[in-house]
Amino acid sequence: MSGQAVINVKNLSVGYGDYVLLRDANYQVNKGDVFIIMGGSGCGKSSMLRVLTGLIPPLKGDVEISGVNIATAPDKDIQKIREKSGILYQSGALFSSMTLAENIMLPLQQYSDYSASTIREIASLKLALVGLKGFDDFYPSEISGGMKKRAGLARALALDPDIVYFDEPSAGLDPISSHNLDELILEINRSLGTTIVVVTHELSSIFTIGSNSIFLDAQSKTIMARGNPKELLKNPPNETVYEFLTRGEKK
Amino acid sequence: MHKNLTANPIDIMQKEGTIYVVPQGSVLHYDSQNDLRKIEGYTSGDVKQITFLPDNLQQWDSSLVLLVFMVKQMAQAKNISVNLEKMPQNLRDLVDMAFAVDRKPEHKSNNRGGILEQVGKQTSNIFSAFTNALNFFGAVFVGLGRLLSFRSVMRYIDFCSALDDCGPKALAIVSLISFLVGLILAFVGVVQLQTFGAQIYVASLVTIGMCRIMGAIMVGIIMAGRTGSSYAATIGTMQVNEELDALQTMGFSQIDFLVMPRLLALVLAMPILTMLADFMGMVGGAFVGVFMIGLPYQEYWKYAFDAFRLNNFLVGIFHGFCFGIIIALCGCYCGLTCGRDADSVGVATTRSVVRSVVWMIVITGIITVVCQEIGI
Repeated sequence: MSGQAVINVKNLSVGYGDYVLLRDANYQVNKGDVFIIMGGSGCGKSSMLRVLTGLIPPLKGDVEISGVNIATAPDKDIQKIREKSGILYQSGALFSSMTLAENIMLPLQQYSDYSASTIREIASLKLALVGLKGFDDFYPSEISGGMKKRAGLARALALDPDIVYFDEPSAGLDPISSHNLDELILEINRSLGTTIVVVTHELSSIFTIGSNSIFLDAQSKTIMARGNPKELLKNPPNETVYEFLTRGEKK
Repeated sequence: MHKNLTANPIDIMQKEGTIYVVPQGSVLHYDSQNDLRKIEGYTSGDVKQITFLPDNLQQWDSSLVLLVFMVKQMAQAKNISVNLEKMPQNLRDLVDMAFAVDRKPEHKSNNRGGILEQVGKQTSNIFSAFTNALNFFGAVFVGLGRLLSFRSVMRYIDFCSALDDCGPKALAIVSLISFLVGLILAFVGVVQLQTFGAQIYVASLVTIGMCRIMGAIMVGIIMAGRTGSSYAATIGTMQVNEELDALQTMGFSQIDFLVMPRLLALVLAMPILTMLADFMGMVGGAFVGVFMIGLPYQEYWKYAFDAFRLNNFLVGIFHGFCFGIIIALCGCYCGLTCGRDADSVGVATTRSVVRSVVWMIVITGIITVVCQEIGI
């Protein structure tokens, strides 16, 4: 499964206008990886995710997803990439005017040829997969924060994507919900072979799910370290990475 | 600051190249500025060290930490050492924390540049806002094309929901306000007309005024405040909750999904609401004419219908149609360009109402001039 690069980032600079958050980043995400983008607050993790998902253009450099350069590709190709990608936002980003089932049905109605009843069944199945069986007709305002994230994940999985992006999945969750979500991410990765990209600074999540990672440093605006998080903890390349991975311990 | 500042809790003296700063007793809510200036004055001589020597220091707060911090900062700039050994450990820790710079901000600058630079920046901002607005209008036209060619992803349930919100749910407020406007118009008019014994013409005044322009304007203002602002707030909140990002990354057009249902609903509802406002305004006028002036009921309505002209009525309806477009576009545009915090939603809401009202007045002016020119 692994080894083949599905995301290829070359000489990427991320920022807004004149303000550069990250310079000349180079890395690959291989198929089947659970790839962690980690670093302290303000280092550009979420902005990196926004570039990967095409929400903001890169300041410089290229991002290739499944061989398609998302900065220069025509809309048709970008659309195909989007159909094969799912994103779980920090807040879940469910559409509040729709029920959970309708939220999940939305991409299916747009991009699949299934009949209405099949789409409804798929939505129920996806909800069941994330532990929300029977919550089809609930509105986002009627469920908890953790459940919203699960429902957001169900929507992200609606079209059986090749890549699923997670923006701070543990943010705002209690330890048990956070652990359960980590388990769910691993389960999806194992059973569906989905490539997972997670932006987080939650150490427990990083060590539980991460198979590969990059560490972004706000000071130098570079990728300071890369590799399996557990290996990085064993052989930290410098003090900053060690402190981050040990919650502030000095070497 | 606290009003009960500690009187004089710190002694300062200079001896053989060392400044001694002696905090004593309780140093609470203490204004350190004078003492800081005093210490700075001493440093103009031959000073090698500043030593803090607490004398029975019992209580202290941030004001003492501030003094130590400022002294240390000033001493660093003048290459003078600071001895804090005798100060409490927790105070020294706090000062160390304040000096432990994690990261220096680099993009935030208070330098606003010269006048020319500011003018340039403002011009650039205005130009960019103008091009963004043009892009938005272009996208709406393309969205309309998609809708007419049945390629739009607009959900009809969203259209029905928007229509319900700006139609039936707005009937009561539009009726009430229009009734009262008709009533006021009649009152103001009748006072003048009575002086000529021409009070019966209040029916004509109210009918022409409401049908030609007042009905549409009142509906426009109500709907800008009620519905346009709600569009901006709803879409702005979706921005804050990352729902707009989700739409974009799922490949849905924000125009089809959010703007078109609201635009169509308002464009459909506004002319109907304008008709209602015209009628309720006339009823308000009749209320004054019949019950307060004592005009005969049949005669009031005869004069009202005599004054009714189809072209006035249609001009009013056309105003309503244009106002519907303006309110929907201003509301949606302000929502889509909203920032990502709660404050921005408030700003977007206010902007949508102000812009709607301004553009409604501009359009009214244009329509009035055009109607005058073509003799309607």
